[in-house]
Amino acid sequence: MERRRSFPDVLAGGIFVLIGGAFVVGALGYELGTPTRMGPGAFPLLVGAAVAALGLAIVGKGLVAGEVISFGPVPWRAVAVIVVAVLFFGFTIRRLGFVPTTAVTALLTTLASARVRLLTAVAVAAGLTVASTLIFVVGLQLRIPLWGPWLGF
Amino acid sequence: MELLDNLALGFSTALLVQNVLYCFVGVLLGTAVGVLPGIGPTATVAMLLPITFSFEPVTALIMLAGIYYGAQYGGSTTAILINLPGESSAAVTALDGHEMARQGRAGPALAAAAIGSFFAGTVATVALAAAAPPLASVALKFGPADYFSLVLFGLIVSIALARGTALKALAMIALGVLLGTVGQDIYTGTPRFVFEQRELYGGIDFVSVAVGLFGVAEILRNLENEQTRTAIVSRVTNLWPTREDRRRIVAPILRGTGLGAALGVLPGGGHVLASFTSYAVEKRISKRPQEFGRGAIEGVAGPESANNAAAQTSFIPLLTLGLPAHPVMALMIGAFIVHGITPGPNVINDEPALFWGLIASMWIGNVLLLLLNLPLIGLWVRMLRIPYQVLFPMIILFAAIGTYSLNSNAYDVYAIAFFGILGYILIKCGCEPAPLLLGFVLGPLLEENLRRALIISRGDPSVFLTRPISAALLALALAALVVAVLPTIRRRRAAVFAEEE
Repeated sequence: MERRRSFPDVLAGGIFVLIGGAFVVGALGYELGTPTRMGPGAFPLLVGAAVAALGLAIVGKGLVAGEVISFGPVPWRAVAVIVVAVLFFGFTIRRLGFVPTTAVTALLTTLASARVRLLTAVAVAAGLTVASTLIFVVGLQLRIPLWGPWLGF
Repeated sequence: MELLDNLALGFSTALLVQNVLYCFVGVLLGTAVGVLPGIGPTATVAMLLPITFSFEPVTALIMLAGIYYGAQYGGSTTAILINLPGESSAAVTALDGHEMARQGRAGPALAAAAIGSFFAGTVATVALAAAAPPLASVALKFGPADYFSLVLFGLIVSIALARGTALKALAMIALGVLLGTVGQDIYTGTPRFVFEQRELYGGIDFVSVAVGLFGVAEILRNLENEQTRTAIVSRVTNLWPTREDRRRIVAPILRGTGLGAALGVLPGGGHVLASFTSYAVEKRISKRPQEFGRGAIEGVAGPESANNAAAQTSFIPLLTLGLPAHPVMALMIGAFIVHGITPGPNVINDEPALFWGLIASMWIGNVLLLLLNLPLIGLWVRMLRIPYQVLFPMIILFAAIGTYSLNSNAYDVYAIAFFGILGYILIKCGCEPAPLLLGFVLGPLLEENLRRALIISRGDPSVFLTRPISAALLALALAALVVAVLPTIRRRRAAVFAEEE
C-alpha cells in the first residue's frame, strides 16, 4: 500500500488528542460516581477518552494513508488582527463604553485586510460605529453605556 | 378536520399585525444579510438572533424562521448572480443558475428559484402540519433510554451527511459533546472545566460557538485569497420565464418538492442532500442531460424546490422531538430556551397558539419572500457590490456586539475568537464544523438522558437494549455508522459531493 502522509490529518488528530486528553485529566479531578448515580466526572471522562481515541486514529491514518488535502496559505495578519480586535472588544466594552470600544474594534478589524488603505479604514470604522450605535443602542435599546467608567463617566 | 382547526388557530396567531410585520422584517433582514457574499444562513441567523430576544416568544420565533428562509433565499441569489453560494445546499444552484446568468438569463433563473421555492414551501408547510401531531404523540411515550438512543441516532446520521471522512466527522461530534459539558453539572451542580471563572458556570454559549465556527472562521477562509475575489455581478433584465421555461420547470419543481420534504427530516443537513439528489435525479432523467452545467433551468428549479421543502420539514424533528436537524435548528433551540420554552413533544399541547402560529407563519413567510424578492432584485444586486473590505469588519463587529448583548458576558465574546480559530484550523484540516455544533447542542441532552436512564434501571446498562424503541434506534444508529464507514459507500458519497468543488 502506498504511504500518503497527510499533515492536515496529523494536525487535526493532534488537536483532538490534546483537547480530549485535557478533558480526561480534568474529569479525573471530579467525582466519578457509580453507574447508578454517575458523578459529574463520568460523562466528560467517557467522551474525552472517545475524542482522544478518535484523534489517535486520525493521526495514525494521517501517517499511513492520509486524506489528500492541501492546507493552503494562512492569512497570519488577519488571524492575529481579528483575535486582537475581538479580545479588545470583550475586555473594554464595559470599561470604555460602547462608542469608543466599537470604533477601535472596527478600526482594528479593517486592518486584517492587506489591501486596506488608512483613509478607507478610518472611514469604514466611523461609518460602522455610527451604524451600530443607531442599530443596537437606539434601535434595539441595548443597555450598554455609550461612554464607560475609564473615560470618567 | 383537526388539521384545518389547527391551521385556523395558527393563522389567527400568525396574521396578527405585529407577527406579519416581524415576519416581513425577518424575511427582509435575512435576505439582506444572506445576499452578502460569504455569509450563509447559519451565520445570518446567529448574528441576527440577539435582535429577537426582546420580543414575545411567538413573534421572536416567527421572525427567526423568516430570517432563516430569507437567508436561504438570499444564498441562491448570490449563487446565481456571482457564482458564490453562501452554503453547500446553494452550491448546486450555482452550477446551472450562474451559467444561465452568464448567458443573460439571470431573470428566468431567479424566477424559477423563487417560484419553485414558494411551491415547495407551501406543500412542505402542510406536510409539517400533518406530520407533527402524530409524531409528537409517539415522542411523548419515549423514556430516557429511548431518548438517549434517539439523540445518539441523530448524531450518527449527521455523519453520513457531512462531507470529509466519517472518522473526522465522528471526532467533531464527540468534540462538540465534550465542549457541551463545560459549566455546572445538571445533577450535582458541580462546576466543571470552568477554571474558577464564575462567568463560565452557565457553560459556553452556543451562539458564540456558532458565530465563531460559521462567522469568524469563514471570514478567515475568505481572507486567504483576497486578491482573487472580484465579484462580477451579472445583469438582470427580463425576469419572467419564457413559455418554454415554464413548461420545463413544472416537473422538476414537483419532484424536488417531494424529495426535499422527505430528506429534510434527516439530521445533519438533509437540505444539502436534498438539493444534490434533486440535481442528480433531474440530470439522469432529462432528455437533454448534456445541457446540465451549461444553463439548464431544470437544474435550478429542482434543487431550489428541494432545498426549500427540506428547510421547512427540518422543523419536524425540532418541534416534535426537540432534536435539531442542522445548525440553524440548533440556534432555534437556543431561541426557544431563551424564551423559557423547551422544544419537544410538549410544545403542541402546552403552547398550541405558538406551535400552530409558527407553522402558519412559515407559509406567510414564503408568500412574503415571493412578493419581496422579485421586485427588489435590483436592491439585492446593489448589496452584492459591497466590497469585502467593508463587509468583513461589519460582520466581526456585529458578531461581537450581538454576542455580548446576549448575556453581557465578556467570556462569550472571547469564545468567538477561540471557536473562530479552532474552527478555521479544523476546517483547513478537512473537518466540517456543522457536526461539532450539533454535538454541542445535543451533548447535554445525551448526558442527561444517559444518567437518568441509568438511575431508573439501577445502573443496569442493558436497559438501552431491552426497551424495543431504544434497541431499534441503536440498531439504526449502528447501521448508519457502518454505512458511513464502509469504504465503497464512502467513495460513492464523495462522488455525490464532487460536483460541488
